[in-house]
Amino acid sequence: MNSLAEPHPWEKLLWPLLASGLLLVAWYYSVRWTGTKIFPSPLQVEKGMVELFHKNVLWSDIGSSLRRVAIGFGAATVLGIPMGLTLGWYPALNQVVNPVMQILRPISPIAWIPVAIIFFGVGDNSATFLIFLGAFFPIVVACVNGVSNVPSVYRRAGRNFGLAPTQLLARVVFPAALPQIIVGLRLALGIAWLVVVAAEMVAVDSGLGYLVIDSRNSGKRYDLVVAAMLMIGVIGLALDLGFRRLETIKSIRWGFGNES
Amino acid sequence: MSPEEAVTMPTAGTKLRAEHLDMVFTRDGKSTPVLKDINLQVSVGEFICLVGPSGCGKSTLLNTMGGFLSPTSGTVSIDGEVVHGPDSRRIFVFQERGVFPWLTVEGNIGFGLFKLSRSEREQRLAHYVKMVGLQGFEEAYPSELSGGMKQRLEVARALAVDPDMLYMDEPFGALDSITRLTMRGELLRIWQAERKTIVFVTHDIDEAVQLADRVVVMSARPAVIQQIVNIDMPHPRDISSPRYLELRDGILQQIGLAHKI
Repeated sequence: MNSLAEPHPWEKLLWPLLASGLLLVAWYYSVRWTGTKIFPSPLQVEKGMVELFHKNVLWSDIGSSLRRVAIGFGAATVLGIPMGLTLGWYPALNQVVNPVMQILRPISPIAWIPVAIIFFGVGDNSATFLIFLGAFFPIVVACVNGVSNVPSVYRRAGRNFGLAPTQLLARVVFPAALPQIIVGLRLALGIAWLVVVAAEMVAVDSGLGYLVIDSRNSGKRYDLVVAAMLMIGVIGLALDLGFRRLETIKSIRWGFGNES
Repeated sequence: MSPEEAVTMPTAGTKLRAEHLDMVFTRDGKSTPVLKDINLQVSVGEFICLVGPSGCGKSTLLNTMGGFLSPTSGTVSIDGEVVHGPDSRRIFVFQERGVFPWLTVEGNIGFGLFKLSRSEREQRLAHYVKMVGLQGFEEAYPSELSGGMKQRLEVARALAVDPDMLYMDEPFGALDSITRLTMRGELLRIWQAERKTIVFVTHDIDEAVQLADRVVVMSARPAVIQQIVNIDMPHPRDISSPRYLELRDGILQQIGLAHKI
């Protein structure tokens, strides 16, 4: 078999499974050989996971986290896309706003926690606000870049067919920028999922982040800590995979260079 | 009618008139003259090719005629009206890069038809899909089409709004030589059926002599019109006839190229 051949479907499944298996084995033996009493083994984590499922807290925690992400990310999308399109459309305006944005953008949402608490108190609104902040800037930046990267030949064609500026934005500039906007949204969703966990450790008493910190604080249940961590990873992956499906829609797929 | 009015009235049958066009580009404080005193009349239904050395300003002239650039001085008028911007009665055709990749073949052809009723739109769509031979590809996206098909799609999108002029900027430049020959034949067939006025920029002198009623030969920058050659051959043209070769060689010499390599 040469190296250019497509791997068989079973190979595509086998190697990742083998790698995860090896990791579990390494984890198991590290716990055994070091004789640690604090860090749990894979089997303990598995029991912890079952316990969480049985206690029904898990579903409500997952629900709370997803709800916060949906609201924060949703608000960032609803405000960020029009703002990004506007800034991309009026470069002069972008020059005014851009410096402020470039300063705010690298500030981790975590650094905003004290400020969020002043504004919104300890509670849901603070957490949602932090998620919003984390998701908002990547969305705006993706839209600005998306709009300014629209090839001039498309805008010209649109103008040539007699489109008014708003029609040009809706029928040419937005669809032409959409692949880049989708990439920005996906990035923002990933950040939102990172931020929700951090926010829940500080500001609220529900959600997966709270589950992690609460499992540690109430009796050093590290089996539950790691179980919750794994749950966070699995849901994050599922969100990303779900979002990736958007990229296969035909009117968007052209922007993702992996076609003939 | 007073004598003054008679002067400003377009000559019967004149579609486009460029008068004393000058174009100077200024960048970093340096000004580069690109077009110099261009005077040209194009008749209704005429097929004009602009040829000249690369970078001479052919595309600049085309963009000025199309209203995408304003001349430094002079005017372009169409049907007696001065051009101030692009207009859907005059459509620009680019290399196939101009088709919208997010729309299907039907979406692209129907793009400019938003003012029509549904039934009219569908009628036009069907007509032009057929004219450019894209039946069966109505639902296909441009990424699923070949270069020649995309080019035909762009021509169909332009024709669908029933413009009276087409501006074509090296439209077949990115196609392979066989597809290019086919496309020339297709364009002539469409032009004979629809009788649009066409201004066509090319750097390929053979292409110009095969297609045009008149070939406008431009000089190197700043471009002036060096010569206008009447191609007095009926279509279909025999491209190995003595007359064809004579016309082609005349233009090659005008541009200062020997035709022996």
